[in-house]
Amino acid sequence: MSDLKLPEKFDEYAEGRKNGFLRVKAAKEAGKKVVGIFCTFTPVEVFDAAGLISVGLCGMSDETTADAERDLPKNLCPLIKASYGFALTEKCPYTYWSDLIVGETTCDGKKKMYELLGQLKDVYTMNLPQGPDRDYAKKMWAHEIRLLIDVVEKKFGIRVTDEQIREAAIKRNEFRRLKVELMELLSMDPAPISGYDMYKFLESMGFQFTVDDSIAAVKKLLGELKEQITSQPAAAGTGRKRILVTGCPIGGVLDKVVGSIEANGGQVVCYENCGGIKAARCFVDTDAEDIVEAIADAYLQIGCAVMDPNNRRKENIPELIKEFRVEGVVDATLQACHTYMIETYWIRKICEEAGVPYMSLETDYSQSDKGQIDTRIAAFIETI
Amino acid sequence: MNFVGIDMGSTCSKLVALNEAKEIVYKEVVPTGWNCVETAETLLSHLEAQGIPKDAFRSVATGYGRVSIPFADKCITEISCHGKGAVAIFDEPDFTLIDIGGQDTKVIEIKGGSVKNFYMNDKCSAGTGRFLEIMAGTLGVDLNKLCELGRQSQNHVSISSMCTVFAESEVISLIGRGTDKADIAYGIVESIANKVKSQMGRVSSDPAHLRLSGGLCEVPFLLELLSEKLGGEVKTDPLARYAGAYGAALFASELK
Ligand code: SF4
Ligand code: SF4
Repeated sequence: MSDLKLPEKFDEYAEGRKNGFLRVKAAKEAGKKVVGIFCTFTPVEVFDAAGLISVGLCGMSDETTADAERDLPKNLCPLIKASYGFALTEKCPYTYWSDLIVGETTCDGKKKMYELLGQLKDVYTMNLPQGPDRDYAKKMWAHEIRLLIDVVEKKFGIRVTDEQIREAAIKRNEFRRLKVELMELLSMDPAPISGYDMYKFLESMGFQFTVDDSIAAVKKLLGELKEQITSQPAAAGTGRKRILVTGCPIGGVLDKVVGSIEANGGQVVCYENCGGIKAARCFVDTDAEDIVEAIADAYLQIGCAVMDPNNRRKENIPELIKEFRVEGVVDATLQACHTYMIETYWIRKICEEAGVPYMSLETDYSQSDKGQIDTRIAAFIETI
Repeated sequence: MNFVGIDMGSTCSKLVALNEAKEIVYKEVVPTGWNCVETAETLLSHLEAQGIPKDAFRSVATGYGRVSIPFADKCITEISCHGKGAVAIFDEPDFTLIDIGGQDTKVIEIKGGSVKNFYMNDKCSAGTGRFLEIMAGTLGVDLNKLCELGRQSQNHVSISSMCTVFAESEVISLIGRGTDKADIAYGIVESIANKVKSQMGRVSSDPAHLRLSGGLCEVPFLLELLSEKLGGEVKTDPLARYAGAYGAALFASELK
């Protein structure tokens, strides 16, 4: 198919980026369609059922921030700016090749950014309800999922049946179960893998083209780690401080935050944020009569700060602290993220009640506060 | 065996050397300059001149340049070192320590003789020693003079911008409008005190137990304004400037 044109500046791109573009291009040449997503609330079962590739598009570096700031305010969450910037500059292969982008009305910054993004790409925004425990929330979200199915059917000229969705949900559940099993390995002391590597691995799952690929990858890593655990008899505790990381999506500040935690005597044992344990434990009841409602129900269990009220997060953290024997909580927020910044109030309180040291860090994708963050994290770990 | 603590800050490097009995036998402040490694060499030669050669001491480095001191046995953050030094200097277990450093301001809550909680400003230089220096430069005076001028102010003006860059242009326009230098100086020192006040909100503190360390503790007018803003007397000590280095030296004495 010759209508698949690479970006104008393709030749200037670095090797890795070029490969990314070619990898997706090859899939598209084989007839695959790509859906770009930004959020953990996106019901990916719909895309699995439709045989579409779904990939995460969250911007993780400040490479394109300056470009994004031509259209977006400076004082905006770096993740939003980066996501838009990568679309604008055609530097992200996944955004570039997306046939459809699906967003949600999560935080204000994101939903308004989607409106602008709609000028560059085919964007569809789902309406995420508030009040996850209200009786209409589940119905509304289920209805929104049905609308999404319509959009997908029309856009790609296909039919998506409930049975296909149910099968997709069963697979996703298996993937979730495996991910949870993997993440639970971090409760061991010593943990068989650094928190940094764990995150990088989980993040890479967002770029797998099928759930089967993801499942295979998790199984492989699980196998390796279990092998390592049995072949190397457990040493005594490492003395590393066991840290739970919570807050905003952390991919773009992983080196600054998690890198620093683990370079200064800590081990991240649990990620409560997106990409971590919080959403992985939201299983779909695949025996339910109405599978779409069951999916809606599962997704509304996600304890994200964009929700009001967001009791799930407050309930989860104390439990995770116990389960992973957490010795310190690092609440990492991205600059200008009001929802998570304000919730630092609750998380600090919860940690105080649990008797676990707490630190909140506000940062962005730049490197200018690297030294400062490093000192603060090192000092935090020294005081544990 | 001697125990040496080096606090390499962004502007000044402080050194404290202790004897076996943990008494201070030598202390000094030198400008950090642009090359931390060279500064470390200089400090080493000074120690030698004091009869403390390289193989006769154990040392801990702290401060932003802590990783650039090749001979240090260990690096510990300035939060822990300031806390430890201050506990020894002020000889009390519970207080709130304010440290206004060259590029950052820290508020450290001390409970039972150790660091319980702390707050450190983010990346900008608002409310730091660097801010005062830049503003003093804009007024064409040095830091001490700036604070003395501030005390003479008759008609207080306030500098509304916290950001160094904007505050500087505010100061320039005040100068342009012919505002009295003393009044501008007051506004500058006051803005530091306000910034500290807002940072104090992040940790719990008792106005009856406030202590100041860092390079600005020898500036009486700043202490006065801080006390006024924070609603309790902020006390300091001639040694407080060395709190970080002293704490580091004490840590060095505990190294195994
Ligand atoms: S933090 Fe909330 S809004 Fe952001 S990606 Fe995760 S679930 Fe979506
Ligand atoms: S980190 Fe906060 S501001 Fe940024 S996209 Fe997520 S919820 Fe929105």
